[in-house]
Amino acid sequence: MEFNFNSTEPIYQQVAEQLTEAIFSGSFAENEQIPSTTEISKQFHINPATVLKGMNLLVAKELIEKRRGIGMFVKVGAVATIEQQRRESFYTDYILNLVTEAQKLGLSQEKLIQLIERGYQDDANSN
Amino acid sequence: MTQIQISNISKKFGHHNVLQDVSLTLQPNTIYGLFGRNGAGKSTLLNIIANRIFPSGGAVEMDNQSAIENDRALANMFLMSEIDMYSERMKIEKIFKQTELCYGSFDWGLARKLAQKFDLKLDAKFGGLSTGYHSIVKLIIGLSVPVNFVFFDEPVLGLDANHRELFYQELLQTYEERPRTFLISTHLIEEIAHIVEHVFMIDKGKIVIDGETESIVANSYAVTGPKKTVEEYTAGLNVIGHNLLGGLQTSYVYGQLDDNRIIPDTVKLEHVDLQKLFVYLTNGGGKHVEG
Repeated sequence: MEFNFNSTEPIYQQVAEQLTEAIFSGSFAENEQIPSTTEISKQFHINPATVLKGMNLLVAKELIEKRRGIGMFVKVGAVATIEQQRRESFYTDYILNLVTEAQKLGLSQEKLIQLIERGYQDDANSN
Repeated sequence: MTQIQISNISKKFGHHNVLQDVSLTLQPNTIYGLFGRNGAGKSTLLNIIANRIFPSGGAVEMDNQSAIENDRALANMFLMSEIDMYSERMKIEKIFKQTELCYGSFDWGLARKLAQKFDLKLDAKFGGLSTGYHSIVKLIIGLSVPVNFVFFDEPVLGLDANHRELFYQELLQTYEERPRTFLISTHLIEEIAHIVEHVFMIDKGKIVIDGETESIVANSYAVTGPKKTVEEYTAGLNVIGHNLLGGLQTSYVYGQLDDNRIIPDTVKLEHVDLQKLFVYLTNGGGKHVEG
């Protein structure tokens, strides 16, 4: 797990995002325990209350669950849940911004579609 | 739960007002940051809370009882400051034993563990140690005494980067194991920005910020763009500083933005971290805003 803190977002949200990323990448596997608030707090010098707030966001999103007396565990199906959530936000996070930027640059709809196709070709060639 | 209430504290040294009308509350089990420039009055404030000096006016209370010359209150606080109160010839272990006598108990397990981690020999004499190790001895005492309020005045003075890292880790570890209140005064704001839950900023003897770290950062903005556009957008807001690079201006705002104003698309809006906010707030500009 790697934390790259920037100043633009509240720390607890960044904690939640980093944990989500670690679950999605498989660093924290489903049905396995994630590091405790103390461990994360100590390693990254974050107040434990902030870490807990970040974890509670993931509990609310049903990505992790508390097992009494042991700690927090990645829920079975968490990776699929993240993928589902990311697909839903893909449109607002990427497509809408892409269209706005293309319009600012005076790129037509056709040109944008051409560029996307070129992107796919370049990706196929480089693999 | 025990709390400390500081009300309308003032302190004069001769004609110089070192503290003016300082009021703040220390809640149980919270890590606070106390930030101020050299001479802002931080150490004076800590010394008054810990009853080492008397205020010219105002009150320090623990659970609604004056903490001034109150043994029960004083036994519940510890101030680690730059002043070395220990005899040069005394061995570290002896200093710990004396502290145990003063406070009734002492966490020897933690003190021994920390001494080992910091590579401090308990049979060394205090006078033979470097500035950094003087800090380490006092830090270990601060973490091992059985009090609910620990005040650290420049705790990492003279510590190298590795030892500072170790201190922050051990502080968080012991805080989780035995929650209590820490008030940390330091110039190295960036290093503890995420550790402190609540921030007090003091400038020229007055509290200029008293708020949750998160909401302070959420209320701090850097507005960057063409000079004229930035000036129009930030007109009338609490602008605490500027940076100008050619025609590109960054204005720092502390407080609410005007939601009715449309953010011009040539302008970039970001939050400011605590350290930057501190620099601009204590550089002379800026009005007093509650965080």
